[in-house]
Amino acid sequence: MADPAGAVGRPLPRSAARRLAFGRGKYADDLRFPGLLHLAFVRSPHAHARILAIDPAPARAAVPEALVFTGAEIAAVCAPWQGTMEHLPSMVSPPQHALAVERVVWQGEPVAAVVARTRAEAEDAAGEVAVDWEALPAAAVRERTLDADAALVHPGLGSNLCFATTIEAGEAAAALANAAHVVEGSFSFARHTGVPLEMRTVIADYDPGEGRLTVHGSHQSPWHQQDTLSRMLGIPEQLVRVVSPDIGGGFGIKLHIYGEEIAVSAVSRLLGRPVKYVADRMESFVTDVHARDQGVTARLGVDADGRIGGLSVDALTSLGAYGSYGRPPISEGMMTIMMAAGAYANANYQARLRVAFQNKPPSGMYRAVGQPIACAVAEQLLDWAAHAAGIDPVELRRRNYWADEDYPVKTPGGLAIRRLSPRQCLDRLADMMGYDDLRAEQERLRGQGVYRGIGVATFLEMTSVGPAYYGPSGARISTQDGATVRLEPSGAVRCVTSVIELGQGTHAALAQIVADRLGVAAADVGVVGGDTASAPYGGGAWASRGLTIGGEAAWRAADGLRANILELAGSILQADPAALDLARGAVCDRATGEARIALAEIARIGHFRHDMLPPGVQPELAVTRHYVPDAAPFALANGVQGSSLEVDVETGEIRLLDHFVVEDCGRIVNPLLVEEQIRGGVVQGIGGALFEECRYDADGQMLNASFVDYLVPMAAGLPDIHVGHVETPIEETALGTKGAGEAGTVGAPAAILLAVNDALRPLGARVTALPIGPEAVLEAVAGARP
Amino acid sequence: MEEFADIELTVNGEKIAKRVEARQHLVDFLRIELGLTGSHLGCEHGVCGACTVRVDGQIVRGCLMLAIQADGADVWTIEGVSDTGEIEDLQEAFIARNALQCGYCTPGMLLTAAEMMEAGRKMSRTEIREFLSGNYCRCTGYHAIVDAVETTMESRFGG
Amino acid sequence: MKAPRFAYIRPDSLDEVLALLAEHGDEARILAGGQSLMPTLNMRLSRPRVLVDINRIDALKGIGLENGTVRIGALARHAEVMGSDIVAGNLPLVADAMPHVAHVAIRNRGTFGGSIALADPAAELPAVVLALDAELVLASARGRRTVAARSFFNGLYETERGDDEILVETRIPALGPGYRSSFMELARRHGDFALAGVCCHARVDGGVLSDVRLAYFGSDDRPRLAAGASAAAEGKAWSGDVKEAVKDALGGDLDPIGNFHASAATRLHLARVLTGRALDRMVASG
Repeated sequence: MADPAGAVGRPLPRSAARRLAFGRGKYADDLRFPGLLHLAFVRSPHAHARILAIDPAPARAAVPEALVFTGAEIAAVCAPWQGTMEHLPSMVSPPQHALAVERVVWQGEPVAAVVARTRAEAEDAAGEVAVDWEALPAAAVRERTLDADAALVHPGLGSNLCFATTIEAGEAAAALANAAHVVEGSFSFARHTGVPLEMRTVIADYDPGEGRLTVHGSHQSPWHQQDTLSRMLGIPEQLVRVVSPDIGGGFGIKLHIYGEEIAVSAVSRLLGRPVKYVADRMESFVTDVHARDQGVTARLGVDADGRIGGLSVDALTSLGAYGSYGRPPISEGMMTIMMAAGAYANANYQARLRVAFQNKPPSGMYRAVGQPIACAVAEQLLDWAAHAAGIDPVELRRRNYWADEDYPVKTPGGLAIRRLSPRQCLDRLADMMGYDDLRAEQERLRGQGVYRGIGVATFLEMTSVGPAYYGPSGARISTQDGATVRLEPSGAVRCVTSVIELGQGTHAALAQIVADRLGVAAADVGVVGGDTASAPYGGGAWASRGLTIGGEAAWRAADGLRANILELAGSILQADPAALDLARGAVCDRATGEARIALAEIARIGHFRHDMLPPGVQPELAVTRHYVPDAAPFALANGVQGSSLEVDVETGEIRLLDHFVVEDCGRIVNPLLVEEQIRGGVVQGIGGALFEECRYDADGQMLNASFVDYLVPMAAGLPDIHVGHVETPIEETALGTKGAGEAGTVGAPAAILLAVNDALRPLGARVTALPIGPEAVLEAVAGARP
Repeated sequence: MEEFADIELTVNGEKIAKRVEARQHLVDFLRIELGLTGSHLGCEHGVCGACTVRVDGQIVRGCLMLAIQADGADVWTIEGVSDTGEIEDLQEAFIARNALQCGYCTPGMLLTAAEMMEAGRKMSRTEIREFLSGNYCRCTGYHAIVDAVETTMESRFGG
Repeated sequence: MKAPRFAYIRPDSLDEVLALLAEHGDEARILAGGQSLMPTLNMRLSRPRVLVDINRIDALKGIGLENGTVRIGALARHAEVMGSDIVAGNLPLVADAMPHVAHVAIRNRGTFGGSIALADPAAELPAVVLALDAELVLASARGRRTVAARSFFNGLYETERGDDEILVETRIPALGPGYRSSFMELARRHGDFALAGVCCHARVDGGVLSDVRLAYFGSDDRPRLAAGASAAAEGKAWSGDVKEAVKDALGGDLDPIGNFHASAATRLHLARVLTGRALDRMVASG
């Protein structure tokens, strides 16, 4: 379908990379605003406390120009919001204020905003605001949050339980009872966060003359922000404009509505001045949404041939004190129970999910939501089952994938799957890894006391989620995206998109798509977006949706423009538009390919020489189209990851040797972009597997809220990551893509967990808690020793 | 002994004279006072490397040096080394290899890579990784960055 | 977060520095490389009234070799130490440790003296100077004094240095004939502070160890010279049994402090493993 001479499918470098590599990026904190004031927050040192009094006098004494706004003062001009979901009436979520009023429910929750001429002075003043606290007991230990005597995060709810649900499909209990081999484990996935390198930034500029609010911020969904700001502050939506400039990484963290960002707009409105807030790194750790934090107990039964008989999963997700507004906080757990073992033929499944509040920062969506957990649990059980049954783990997977004739499949977890390609991915991966040779080498080295491990994990990646979920929830979040494609007078093309770019390169891919539809070079297409006042309405950057949804919108808009161009050319050339085509920057004869008139000439006439056109011809050289992914609830990408590593059983060190991924994200528009999404995702998965954890004490104090102690992967110690592809285009769209942004993060933790346990197997040792630090390895080894 | 002082320094080859507050670190000075926003802040505690700038010929953490300490210094930022063309081959290799995504770490990463080139030889991938380890990248997973640096070393110093 | 307000002064001579320290006492902080001080300022964990910037005091710079002793000026940057032929040729333990000290940009600015004076228990250099039996030269308006490294570290970030004193230089005996050293460290990631680290220094003659000095970091509240473990190897021909005796004895020398990166028991275990490996390597290196 793609033109072999076209741009789609080619590894073209993206033009934005040039700007960024020359230091010309414009991130929110780089923008200049006359009369700007800086804002700092006073935050709770307690995980749970009553605010008895706030005295701003010492702050004003320290910095006379400073202004202090308490939570109550902000609440007077800003409505609270409530993260409930219409389609989940049993899910509870209390109202949440921009700044705490009366009670704080996590360490770091803002209670007052302080404005001054510089950030340093705002901090000088904020440090002097006197708050009288009454500390309250906190719920901060996952396993104890639902105990009868647990401290209540929201006493009004009567319990810390946010939501509970079960899945029953087939006869799981009987199947497990009758299985030839049953394996089980209790797993823990630590609380962690996304750590975009650019910290959350917002500049709100309220113009009292027009009553207009303009917000620039590092936000993945300016549409969601515009809607929320308009309603919470009571400003008509046509007077609210939200702009996302260059964004320094997001990974879901910048997708959410944060009280601080709303408060900054409220303060700007109260003062009629632009106000800026940039989270510092330590604030980011206690205010950016947290994710994962889940315990899972699971059992898998297989028959003597290793075929799955039944699976049970029991998950407990620990939220923070709130779910994030408009984004169901239960998704981490729901994705876990829905997606576990989804690639494998199985009819007998039971699952339970409980989701509980804790006195910790609000929970939200971080890259791959729940899926790394589903993958790690199911794949580890499969590995153990393979060993129990005496079957090679790779072979066991081959035996258990849904057969091609099974599709379309409705899994017992509830996934509707059109088609997957795990077999092709697995074969390709085993080939890339040299799987048999690695196994032989592993065996040989074990004889020398060297413990190598191999992990091969199949993953599913839910991408491009459509309206079937967000619609019924009542969340004011759009699942469509839009594009305007416009022919400029020179013959160049401009695409204005609702897709938010934060480094994935989606804008570059849109240029490739539009270029091919219009027969021009990708370099001739300029793509812009990020401004809610001028771009078509959309959803923003989440759920690996930009290219599949926004790309389809751009495809359709470009096709619409193409039809309009050919119609105009037909009237200029006195030819039948159906006999014309666009190629190589010209209108050409469809049959012969012969150029008839340059696109630039059509553009010139269409914009400037209306006098030359026959009466009644109205050139329409801009077309807007939106696309709602209505044909399927989501696009399901799949793949397999392989990890090869070595464990030093005396020191607990894990040395990653190699990492392999074969993925199927449908049609590949630009392999350079896909592969780097995969690699970047893998390394975040490695972070989750080996390093990343928000450590809390039992009182809800975060112990490692800095880059010194919260460890993320760095260049040393990481393996090269080899990426291969299987391409199965989806049929619901002309473009045929699926998302690829989360695949790496979904499967890497599983591959590494499996490989570590594979390495430790001769010692009888087992790890089941992520991240796996050296101490956990040593404890497992020591515990296994007779 | 004051909380403010007048300083004179050279930034990207240009003489600058400014009055600065003692507590202002070098990157805030560059960004706020001079409008050189190519250097970024990722932590302000010296770990992430997004603020990397070159002072008197060596890369430093711009957040761990006071502007006042740069009095008399020769400071180069991504804007300056881009204008001189000094690291054009590195930049082109980063672009061709898509060795950046959000671009926030990239100026610091490039200045670190430029200092790595001072060794005047091709390094192993392990050496490159160790040298780059003071600079966090949250998007790429580093592999492409290592590729880009390796490619540039090959073209400068031979395979 | 931005640093709190403070006054800044950049004296041109050591005498001025000493006068300022005498005047301001614990309200002043010495700003050398700043790679540890600046983060604490930027986090507002430290609120000095005065910063005394010593970066332009020439008397504190340089690395030299004289009469079998290497002198490392307090302001010698880590990068300078790492690139020094004098260090490479005479202090292989220091040379081996340097690549583990943080990362390039930090090493370009951080100073040898600053690292010693700060006495971070997880830092490499304080343990290195212990193992090498270095002498630390302190100066104040009251005069100069020399303190043995083994008497310098008093506790968590606590040293013999008074508020009015500055560390001027470190004097380290060059590696003697027949002596060898070995350095090993475990950290979560390259360049991080240690979970465990050992510096070994001994004379090795026909496989027999003498004048054994084993120093540890990343374990106790301060860098620690392990007297018992060192004694267990003293005068012994290196063997598996001696190795086990050294590792056993280490339990009496170290009193590790656990935190969320590693418990006390894990740190002791790791110190033992590293000790065995480092001594193996040291003996084999001849």
